[in-house]
Amino acid sequence: MFPYEKYLRFSKFPHIWCTGCGCGIILKSILRAIERIKLSKNDIALVSGIGCSSRTPGYVDFNTLHTTHGRAIAFATGLKLAKPALKVLVISGDGDATAIGGNHFIHAARRNLDITVIIYNNHIYGMTGGQASPTTPIGKKGSTAPYGSIEPSFDISGLAIAAGASFVARATCYHVVQLDKYLEKGFMKKGFSLIEVLAPCPTYYSRPNRLGTSVDMLRWYKENSIPVEKARTLSEYEKKDKIIIGILEDRERPEFCEEYKKMAERIRKS
Amino acid sequence: MAKQNVNAKLMTGNEACAEAAIVAGMRFFGGYPITPSSEIAEVLAHRLPEVGGIFVQMEDELASMATIIGASLAGVKSMTATSGPGFSLMQENIGYASMTEVPCVIVNVQRGGPSTGLPTLPAQADVMQARWGTHGDHSIIVVAPSTVRETYDWTIKAFNLTEQYRIPVIVLLDEVIAHVNEKMVIPEPETITIIDRKRSTESPDTYQPYKQNDSDIPLFADFGTGYRYNVTGLSHDETGFPTNDPQKINALYSRLSRKLERYQDQIIEYKTEYLKDAEICIVAFGSSARSAYRAVRLARQQGIKVGMFQLFVIWPFPYKILGRLASQIKAFIVPEMNLGQIAHEVSCAIKSDVIKVNRVDGSLITPNEILERIKNVSV
Repeated sequence: MFPYEKYLRFSKFPHIWCTGCGCGIILKSILRAIERIKLSKNDIALVSGIGCSSRTPGYVDFNTLHTTHGRAIAFATGLKLAKPALKVLVISGDGDATAIGGNHFIHAARRNLDITVIIYNNHIYGMTGGQASPTTPIGKKGSTAPYGSIEPSFDISGLAIAAGASFVARATCYHVVQLDKYLEKGFMKKGFSLIEVLAPCPTYYSRPNRLGTSVDMLRWYKENSIPVEKARTLSEYEKKDKIIIGILEDRERPEFCEEYKKMAERIRKS
Repeated sequence: MAKQNVNAKLMTGNEACAEAAIVAGMRFFGGYPITPSSEIAEVLAHRLPEVGGIFVQMEDELASMATIIGASLAGVKSMTATSGPGFSLMQENIGYASMTEVPCVIVNVQRGGPSTGLPTLPAQADVMQARWGTHGDHSIIVVAPSTVRETYDWTIKAFNLTEQYRIPVIVLLDEVIAHVNEKMVIPEPETITIIDRKRSTESPDTYQPYKQNDSDIPLFADFGTGYRYNVTGLSHDETGFPTNDPQKINALYSRLSRKLERYQDQIIEYKTEYLKDAEICIVAFGSSARSAYRAVRLARQQGIKVGMFQLFVIWPFPYKILGRLASQIKAFIVPEMNLGQIAHEVSCAIKSDVIKVNRVDGSLITPNEILERIKNVSV
């Protein structure tokens, strides 16, 4: 049995998440990945915004910072620049990171700041009661899209790649073995890394959309996900409505803290 | 030839603000360009890498405010600078800094508003926004220098105040002070007092980030130094974790506002001139105070018993001090480049009406405009 108690603040339990929520699955995967890279708890800062996933910092024994809606990455930027030795992780949701916090998300990726952002994508605003988010698929219902959403949804991973992230991976709450691996790689990668995780929200996404229980959602992820390597051989038609999982981007780009340090050294020499 | 003072420089208020911040120990600036504050960012973009500090131009003012809080949590003195519209965008996270008691300094070089308003012209219209711009009951300190030298001194004091009380401090400048070039004698380093936040020496095992103590100001611990604690904008208890317990919530909000009430006598500063025998009192701050001093001196030459009360600290407001003056003073005149924001507070303090001298057209209030009012009252 993995020693989760090493990392959890059990005194803060019970947690606020619903039965069948994906938040716990992802949290456990994060802890396993942290254990594998042997980081000290003192050297980890976990930063979040507002939403269901953003309640995670309260339950884990790191330096934890629960900020304002959408701004986690901006807080994390100051923390990381002021103390580059800290391993700074950001936990966010689809609404927090790509609606209200979209600007910070793309600019941190553009700067290639050495932080890891983990986005729990459940296609809905769970904390506030099931309103449509930027990743609610067309036709799917939310409390503010009672006739089904008519807005195209964001491709979160695609956005990060286009903005300049060094490392981008997508997994689902079914594919936890892969998720462990992607998180570990993301944590180790110098530069901005994004791990997008599709997560079930049985309360506010599955129920109004008649998608069944959390287990049904996990089964749906299993049956509709295709590895990125296979996806590259498929036509757009064949990939339609499929979840493409895997390491979508892994490249070397200058990292912001290091570039700043180099600039400062150059100035002080001259 | 007269002896030259090597420390004398020609400087603008924005330059003085940036240089003073470095002297105060500020090593992290996050900001977004906006007139008429941009020179503060420009000077610091140049200077901070030289002194081992961080300058980062953020994507907007929401991010600027957030990033300086993040840096301050790592133990680094942090600052941002902006103007009206940007100041509006910062308000939510100013509330976060107030709630979580993270020291930081926000410089607001005021312009006329609302909205885009008058970007290149002076105004003093953010007196109320500086105090009540963020939602909820909260503590905040607002200072307002009127000259380049005062900007230097009050930027350093702003850092001292935020470090000492763990309350965000806002420095209100205006376009005139920000851009005017004045002779400025840089004070000798040994004459400058620098205050750093009190840090916990307790073991991380027993440390509580918001533990009640006699001072009402909790002891700080830098992120990443072994003190693994939680910071949240939610109502929290002494351990830093969210709580819905009415008693604990009440204890938090009471302490947050008590901090300001309890220390207000130490925080409030003002300057008076000719007030001893005065029958008329001018209350002014920022660049309006410059015109007011001139008007007072001109009136004194004409034998009118008028005195000057210059506010350096606007919030907390010196209600008691002005209230005590009310028995001696026949009339209070309040010149300001807004439609009566400070006049309202003076009126509350003296429990009577005041004479308002207002301009909101981007022009300075002239000494003559104030002098005319003084003469009208004195006859």
